[in-house]
Amino acid sequence: MEKIIGETKKAFITGNEAVAWAALAAGADSMFGYPITPQNEVMHYWTRISPQYSRSFLQTEDEISAGFTVCGAVQSGKKSFTATAGPGNVLMQEPFGMAEAMRLPLVAIIQQRGGPSSGTVIYSQQEVTLTAYGGNGEGHRIVYSTSTHQEIYDYTIKAFNTAWKYRFPVFVLGDGYQAKMREPLEMYDPEDKGIEMITPYPLIGLGGKIGVDREPAHFCNIYSMEEELYDVVMQFEQDYEAMSRDVIEYREFFCEDADIIILAHGVVSRAAEDAVLILRDMGIKAGFFRPITLRPFPGQQLRDMLSQVKPQKILVAESAMGQFAKLVKNEIYGENIPLETLFKPGMGIIDHDIVEKVRSIF
Amino acid sequence: MLLPAMPKSWYLPTKPHKFCPGCGHGIVLKALGEAVDELNIQDKTIFGFDIGCSLLAWDFFGCDSVQTHHGRTTPVMVGIKRSRPELICVGYMGDGGGYSIGSQHLLNAAVRDENITLVLVNNTNYGMTGGQMAPTTLPGQKTETSPFGRDPETTGYPTKGPEFIAAITSDSAYVARATVSKYKQLKRYTKNALRNQMENKGFSFLEVLSTCPTNWKTNAQQTWNFLEEEMESTFRLGELKTPFGKGVK
Repeated sequence: MEKIIGETKKAFITGNEAVAWAALAAGADSMFGYPITPQNEVMHYWTRISPQYSRSFLQTEDEISAGFTVCGAVQSGKKSFTATAGPGNVLMQEPFGMAEAMRLPLVAIIQQRGGPSSGTVIYSQQEVTLTAYGGNGEGHRIVYSTSTHQEIYDYTIKAFNTAWKYRFPVFVLGDGYQAKMREPLEMYDPEDKGIEMITPYPLIGLGGKIGVDREPAHFCNIYSMEEELYDVVMQFEQDYEAMSRDVIEYREFFCEDADIIILAHGVVSRAAEDAVLILRDMGIKAGFFRPITLRPFPGQQLRDMLSQVKPQKILVAESAMGQFAKLVKNEIYGENIPLETLFKPGMGIIDHDIVEKVRSIF
Repeated sequence: MLLPAMPKSWYLPTKPHKFCPGCGHGIVLKALGEAVDELNIQDKTIFGFDIGCSLLAWDFFGCDSVQTHHGRTTPVMVGIKRSRPELICVGYMGDGGGYSIGSQHLLNAAVRDENITLVLVNNTNYGMTGGQMAPTTLPGQKTETSPFGRDPETTGYPTKGPEFIAAITSDSAYVARATVSKYKQLKRYTKNALRNQMENKGFSFLEVLSTCPTNWKTNAQQTWNFLEEEMESTFRLGELKTPFGKGVK
């Protein structure tokens, strides 16, 4: 692997810049993208830095094309990625669906903005359902919800490995704050942290003489019979379940003796973490649980924690009208714990908001 | 000389093919197969097949191939070609996929002079979905969604793809229109469309006029008449742009 960062170093940069550096360090060969705020600077940095390392970029005619060119690039055996947000994420659901159906190691960075429609260019957590379950399929995707620039960097690198190891499309779900703010982080080449990057391999253009050395490689995503498709989807489901154990990531904080568990993901989990400390100072035993992978969801881990801790209440906090809460409820069906919510669609949530909410219900 | 019945680059386990009797796809695919054979590029050719009747060819060739989404074959081929320039990338699509749902991909790939070859089969309707009006449906032609005949007043005139591609491509692009009724010309154009990519000259586009008796609801004679008389008088045959010099064989 080509060294990009050299000596591990501290940087004070935007999340979008962190994405570009991380993709380079992960060995991405190409980016295909279409302008949309707040992910633009991923392309801006990539187009400036990547030529020095003979990596390529194409600004496509739209997000549909950006997604499909990435599909083509990964089929040809190269690490490739795109980045988008909001309405662009809507358009990319079509190529993301093909990546799901053909098990393509596509990587996409999603910097959530406000919705519905054009919404705002600023921030939200309203692309959870879309990113995790968009398209006309079963959500056979891996979604990392990051909360800091360090995580943006770490999980962008990890996304390429997860994608090429398990052959499911992988998403790094950030947001406008994480995209545009500057924050300190440590940048490194994966090898220096003991991370072995997976070497990509082609699915087509396999070389050799067809008919002599090998059969042709034919790939399709459409089937004639119900049974054929059923078998394919059930195999995906089986593979997805099998890899989930290795892929699921989450974080617990002060849960052991908590009377109230705050559930949050992404950048809101930072507010939740601070809120827990403030509430503890006030004498309220709060803890928080944060899924890092929204797909696959750490459902069993959450249930295990709840049944052990037996909190009096759960509070779900998110910058959307319950998209994350739906995932949570789906996982804890049957639990008998009152669930409170703090929903602020398209609005930031700070520690104070959570503290106030907890005090009002506790 | 006794010629083989099927091109060497056809994949025999998937024959006979799945197209309707009287469909022109088999002729277009035969020209493609023979062109691939004669240019000796079977092992490095990647086919992309669009949704529509085109998808029935997804495992047609003894070449690596990818069936994509409706209209999206062009960007998939662009992604492959840009990543692996040594491969010969051929997108295969219908008039709906190319001129309607995939038109912005077609237009922009042409403008960028992407070094890929697109073969678009024009049979004046959406065949796979049951015979709806296409961008290429002729004025007055009856389809499932223009049951009283296409009215240009409300739905416009047929899309003339090669003319529009020729207007926006570089000088070294290859743009032509052939027909399944003139096989020698079709094969010559097909080879030129592939050679142009092999020589890294840029975008190559071939439209092929084809037949659809199932949805036209025509017998053999009516089918051929519609192709040779109606279609070929609206869609002019020939090489609109060729770096090889017109008429060069």
